[in-house]
Amino acid sequence: MANTMSNQDNAAGNLTARAFREAFYAGVIALGLFVLFIGLKTDQNIHNELVLVQRWGLLAIFVILAMIGRFVMVAYIQPMMASRKAIQAAEGEADSIASSFFRLPFVAIALVLAVALPFLGASLSPTGAAYVTILRGAAIIYVLAAVFYLFRPFIQAHFAKLAIVALLLYPIVMVAIFGAQGSLKWVDNFGIQILIYVMLAWGLNIVVGLAGLLDLGYVAFYAVGAYSYALLSDKFGLSFWILLPMAGILAAFWGMILGFPVLRLRGDYLAIVTLAFGEIIRLVLLNWTEVTKGSAGISGVAKASVFGIWSFDVSAPNNFAKAFGLPMSSAYYKIFLFYLILALALLTAFVTIRLRRMPIGRAWEALREDEIACRSLGINTVTTKLTAFATGAMFGGFAGSFFAARQGFVSPESFVFLESAVILAIVVLGGMGSLVGIAIAAAVMVGGTEILRELEFLKNIFGEDFTPELYRMLLFGIAMVVVMVWKPRGFVGSREPTAFLRERKVVSGSFTKEGHG
Amino acid sequence: MNNDTILKVEHLSMRFGGLMAINDFSFEAKRGDITALIGPNGAGKTTVFNCITGFYKPTMGMITLNQKSGKQYLLERLPDFEITKYAKVARTFQNIRLFSGLTVLENLLVAQHNKLMLASGFTILGLLGLPGYKKAAKEAIELASFWLEKADLIDRADDPAGDLSYGAQRRLEIARAMCTGPELLCLDEPAAGLNPRESLALNELLRGIRADSGTSLLLIEHDMSVVMEISDHVVVLEYGQKISDGTPEHVKNDPKVIAAYLGVEDDEVEEVISEVESLDGGVN
Repeated sequence: MANTMSNQDNAAGNLTARAFREAFYAGVIALGLFVLFIGLKTDQNIHNELVLVQRWGLLAIFVILAMIGRFVMVAYIQPMMASRKAIQAAEGEADSIASSFFRLPFVAIALVLAVALPFLGASLSPTGAAYVTILRGAAIIYVLAAVFYLFRPFIQAHFAKLAIVALLLYPIVMVAIFGAQGSLKWVDNFGIQILIYVMLAWGLNIVVGLAGLLDLGYVAFYAVGAYSYALLSDKFGLSFWILLPMAGILAAFWGMILGFPVLRLRGDYLAIVTLAFGEIIRLVLLNWTEVTKGSAGISGVAKASVFGIWSFDVSAPNNFAKAFGLPMSSAYYKIFLFYLILALALLTAFVTIRLRRMPIGRAWEALREDEIACRSLGINTVTTKLTAFATGAMFGGFAGSFFAARQGFVSPESFVFLESAVILAIVVLGGMGSLVGIAIAAAVMVGGTEILRELEFLKNIFGEDFTPELYRMLLFGIAMVVVMVWKPRGFVGSREPTAFLRERKVVSGSFTKEGHG
Repeated sequence: MNNDTILKVEHLSMRFGGLMAINDFSFEAKRGDITALIGPNGAGKTTVFNCITGFYKPTMGMITLNQKSGKQYLLERLPDFEITKYAKVARTFQNIRLFSGLTVLENLLVAQHNKLMLASGFTILGLLGLPGYKKAAKEAIELASFWLEKADLIDRADDPAGDLSYGAQRRLEIARAMCTGPELLCLDEPAAGLNPRESLALNELLRGIRADSGTSLLLIEHDMSVVMEISDHVVVLEYGQKISDGTPEHVKNDPKVIAAYLGVEDDEVEEVISEVESLDGGVN
C-alpha cells in the first residue's frame, strides 16, 4: 500500500499487474467451474447411443469472458469507484453514477436507435437482424429506465394513479398499435397473466406480509376457486357473477379449515403443513375422478358475460359483437377479461388498504410483530389468524374462478406447488406488506418469463435448438438472488403507518419483523 | 371478599415437572394500592404474574379478581386474552414486548383492539366507511395521545416503536397496557435497565396512573428506590413461598427478608430461623 502512495507510475504498473493476475485467477476458477458444464456435453447419436460432445471453443469463450470481466473490474471500475468516493468525501455531493449514465443526449440516441433500427434490420441477413433486434431491445430498455429515472420524483409521488391510468389505457393502446387480432397476445399473455399474479400475490400478502403466517399452499385456494366455478357452472348452469362470490366464500371456508389445525404451529412447521394442504387439494382433484374428471380436467367451462347482458358465446343471440354490429373476434372477450381482472385486483388492493386501517388489519400486523404481546392486550389470536387465512383465501378463490372462466379449462396441472412458490417469491421479492412493490415484482417476474417467449429470434444466433423459455427458472433464480442481495427486504421494504398524529413517516424495514409463522 | 380487595390469590401453586416454582402462595391486593412483589432472583415472581395474567395455568389455587362494579372473575379459568378483555387486567413484560415495526401511536391503537372491533361492526361496517367507526377511531387516537402525553412520548408518536430508547420503550409499554383500560395493571420489573433519573420519572408516571385512572398496580421490582418509594404494600417471595407481607417499612426491617437478600453466616442460621419463627405469627 505504501509504495502505491509514493509513486504514481509505479502504482499504475502495479494495478495493471494485479489486474492481470486476478484475471488469470478468475480464468482458472471459470475453467474449473465450467469445464464439465460447458466443455463437455452428453448427446445421443444417430444410433441412440450416448456420446460425449466436446465444446472447447465455447468453454474458451466463457473463460475469456470471465477473465476480461475481472480485468476490467480491477483495472478500471474499482479505481473509478474509489476516486469517485474520494471526490465525494472531499467535495460533498457528486453526480451519482445513475445520473451520469442517464444523460439526455444518450437517451436521445437510444430513442433514435429504438425507432430507426427495425428499418435497418429489414435489409440484413437473419443473423444480422437478430443482433439488430438485441441492440434495439437494449435501447428500448435503456430509454424506459431513463424515463423512470428522469421523472423519478413525479412517478414516485403519483405512482398509484399513473399505474391505474396506464392499465386502463393499456388494451386500447395495444389494439391501436397491433390491431384487434395482434393485440391478443399483449392483452392476454402479458396483461391478464400478470394481473392474475398481482391479484394472487396481493391475496397472499394478507397472510404472509401482514399476518406473518408463512403459507406455502396458497395455490390450493386458487384451485378451490377454479374448480368451484368450473363444477358449479357445469352442473347447475350458474352464471359467472353468481359463482364469483361463491367461489370466494368457498375458498375462504377452506382457508378456515386449513387455519384450524395449524393455529398452534409457527414458522417452519406451519410452512410444511400448508405445503401439505396444497398438495392434498391437488391430489384430491387428481384422484376424485367421478367429480373432477381427474387429470383430464374439466373443459368447456362457461365464459364470463358482461353482467349477463352481453355474452361472448359465438352462438348466443346476445353476443357482444353482434349486439354492437362489430366484426367477430376473440379480442373483445380478452379485453373484457383484462378489465375484469383489473377490477378484481383493484378490489383486492382497496380492501387490503382499508383493512390495514381497521382494527383487524392492525391486529394482523401486531401478530406478525409479537404474538404474546397481542394476547396480553386482549386480542383473540385464534380468530385473528383465521380471518387472515380466510381473507387471503377468498381473494385466491376470486382469482381462481376468473382463471377458470378465462382458460375455459381447469386441470390439476395448473395448481402444482411451483405456482405457490412463484406467488410467494413475488410477495417476498416485492417486499412483504407493500402493494406497489408486489405489483412491480409480479410484472417483472411474470412479464419477464413471458418476454422469454418473444426471444425466438435468438435462434438465428444460437442455433435452432436454442429455446429461451428453458432459461425461465434460471433467470428467475438469478433475479431473486440479485434482488435479495441488493434489497434484502424486497423492492419496497419500508412500511406505511396506518395512523399518524402529526406526520406520516415511513417505517424503515429494519424495524418490522417477518413474523414467526 | 369485600370490594376493597381487587385481587385475591389463594393457595396458588405452580409445578413445572419436579420443580415447585410456587408453593401455596396467598396474598391480597387492595383497590387503588400499589402492591409490590419482591424477592431474590428465581423466587417465582414472574411465574406468579404469568399465572395471574393467564400465560400459565396454575397447578392449584384460586385467583379472584374483583371489579369496581362488583363483578368477579376467576382468572385461573380464563384464557389469557380474555383476562385482559373482560377481567381488565393488563400487563407488561420483563423483556419489553413492543410491536417494533409499528409506530408508537399504532402500538397504542392495537391496545384498543376490542373496543374498535365493536365500533367497526367486526370490520364489516368499518369497511363500508360508516361514520360510527370514524368517530371511534378518532376517540381512540385521543385516548392514545392522552397516555402519550402522560408517558412523555407525544413527540415520538409517529416514530417506529423499535426506534425508541430503552427507557422510552418501557414507558410506551406501560402506556400501551393502560390503553386497554385496565382495573389492575401488572408491571414486570418496570425499572429494570433504567438510570436513576428515569426511575424517578417512572415513579411519577406510576403515581400519575393511579391518581388519574384509579387503576390498582401490582409490580415486580428489584429497584428498591422504586419499591420503597411508591408502594403501599410489599409482598416478599422466596423459593416460591411468601416470607413477608406488609408495609414497606415493615418489610424493610423484617429479619427474614434481610436474610433472604443478604444471607446470614452459617452459625447465625439457627439463630435467625428461631427468631424468624417467633416473628412469623406477627407478620400474618
